[in-house]
Amino acid sequence: MPEPILRVKDLNKEFKTKSTKLFSKSVPVKILKDISFDLLEGETLSVVGESGSGKTTLGRCVLNGLDATSGEVVYVTNDEKAVDYLNLGKADYKKYRKDIQMIFQDPYSSLNPRMTVFDIISEPLVTNYDVKKKEVEEHVADIAERVGLNPHLLKRYPHAFSGGQRQRIAIARALITQPRVIVCDEAVSALDVSIQAQIINLLDDLQTEMGITYIFISHDLSVVQTISDRVAVMHLGRIVELASVDSFFENPKHPYSEALLSSVPKPDPDVKTDRIILQGEVPNPGNPPSGCEFHPRCPYATELCRTEIPELKETGQGKRHLSACHYADELELRGVWHANQAK
Amino acid sequence: MKQMRANKRSTEQPLLSVEDLKVTIQMDNAVLKAVDGVSFTIEKGKTLGLVGESGCGKSLTSRSIMSLNPKECETTGEILFNSSLDQKLKGLNILDLDPTGKKIRSIRGKKISMIFQEPMTALSPLYTIGNQIMENILLHRTKNKKEAKQIALEMLRKVGISDEEKRFNDYPHEFSGGMRQRVMIAIALACNPELLIADEPTTALDVTIQAQVLELMKSLQDELGMAILLVTHDLGVIAEICDEVAVMYLGEIVEKAPVHEIFNQPKHPYTKGLINSMPILGTGKQRLEPIEGTVPLAINMSHKCGFYDRCTHRIQGICDVQAVPETQVSSNHSVRCFLYNEHEEDEQNA
Repeated sequence: MPEPILRVKDLNKEFKTKSTKLFSKSVPVKILKDISFDLLEGETLSVVGESGSGKTTLGRCVLNGLDATSGEVVYVTNDEKAVDYLNLGKADYKKYRKDIQMIFQDPYSSLNPRMTVFDIISEPLVTNYDVKKKEVEEHVADIAERVGLNPHLLKRYPHAFSGGQRQRIAIARALITQPRVIVCDEAVSALDVSIQAQIINLLDDLQTEMGITYIFISHDLSVVQTISDRVAVMHLGRIVELASVDSFFENPKHPYSEALLSSVPKPDPDVKTDRIILQGEVPNPGNPPSGCEFHPRCPYATELCRTEIPELKETGQGKRHLSACHYADELELRGVWHANQAK
Repeated sequence: MKQMRANKRSTEQPLLSVEDLKVTIQMDNAVLKAVDGVSFTIEKGKTLGLVGESGCGKSLTSRSIMSLNPKECETTGEILFNSSLDQKLKGLNILDLDPTGKKIRSIRGKKISMIFQEPMTALSPLYTIGNQIMENILLHRTKNKKEAKQIALEMLRKVGISDEEKRFNDYPHEFSGGMRQRVMIAIALACNPELLIADEPTTALDVTIQAQVLELMKSLQDELGMAILLVTHDLGVIAEICDEVAVMYLGEIVEKAPVHEIFNQPKHPYTKGLINSMPILGTGKQRLEPIEGTVPLAINMSHKCGFYDRCTHRIQGICDVQAVPETQVSSNHSVRCFLYNEHEEDEQNA
């Protein structure tokens, strides 16, 4: 059983909205509500959900890119010391900040167009370590080769590279400090399928070689399924389901997960699934519904759901399958059809 | 083969036939062939899917049909639109028309209309939704404002926007992404077009909203009987609503077949690669098989087959020297690859 590398406890994040009228008070909008989970060493935890569910905010709060309103993130260091990652002292900051890195969604806007690729990749190394120029060059060439970039092209600027290659540059930049955790925020969403598959395989190889732990934020469930060990489903700032990948795809325990799974178009014209079409839109986080926040769109909602907020708790599937639904064990929810089993 | 096609044409005329469409862009010291000899037809009430990676010319092809290409493009070929309702338009080549002239404007938005990818940039932020729907109706259907408003309200109801009287006076920023795409669909369908061109209509949307929009497009097609040209890079969407699929690579259609055949018996190495590189839901954790390399630029191509550099089945001395002919595998399945030349396809395939 792998040990947790990050322990997230009751993480909350509020954003202040601008007041629209004179003298009216600004209302804080809760984007993350009581998020708790353990990230195990060497695993890939995927975070899925619709836009506006708080996936990206979660990723940024965890690596202390955004200040969380309350809650804590405990990082277990290499020598098994637990540090409070959100309130690092100056010395710890320099020491541990580089252990968690991030890859961004859009490779066109996340690379500075006025820096050469060499400068982009080497910058984290130069700022974090005291290294000689020669060593930097060696390190960069190493990493570039590892992610599949031609080391001879490093003197060029980002505009000379295609989308897939740019994402490789972003991965190289994240890898150069030898991090233990990488937050991939929609890292493959902007790429074409053939290139997307290359990058997914690359991330997978790097994990086996270097033992990196990923938090993989994505809205694409088919990608999530190929890469992750565990899945966390977010809805309006809450984790509504947390399970291992097989358990999640076969036996989802939350109606929202069921709807998400059934909405994915299957690339097979012979499979005609009767999909669940959610009526209505994602609720406004500034004015969330009472009780379970999914109830206005939930086909199974009852009076209880309208009044009481369900807790994230264990289900009949065992300790590792958590769901925040009052009826998690009573409902028979459909997972996705398993192609391997059917054939 | 040519004769066969000619015969087919004389018996029943398809709603739209595109013949040898070429779009070239003059660069500083080179010519970029964005679309290179594309031909296809769309029957009345059917859906054709145009699929391919970014930069393969899908969007330019679809825009050519509306004569909306940018000025720098040189567009040649033949686009025949056979309206069953308007005899005057019969046998008219859209590319011969003045792109700003009266005739094309009587087709645009009325006979052929288009849904764009990004609904926020396609709608004007300065006008209300109602105003933007009515614009199209007032141009093509009626001059009476009251009547136009009635039609607009009915369209809003049809695309599933509740409380339409109130939302009529709202601005685009007050709508969510899915709702905006519904408004785009309402505008496009307001004049009962015979052909709807949908350029990546669901790419910017969440899966749950995408499911709603696809369902809506299907039900409206059943109701109004229009043909759809769906441009997308998502094979899942293609499998969902298309009757026929054309796979594009580097400005050429490399394979064209009914949707079942594309997914069950793909022929072209590129089509196979695309299907293999897609993660499929319900197969568990597995390794993907990507297509190696990247799409080359369509300038000064050194090889005759654009896929040569990335192809695992390439034959040196043939694929890079000779022009690739189109091979008819069966009556409605064609592929542009040497592997299927003559009748040796089965040995090659095995």
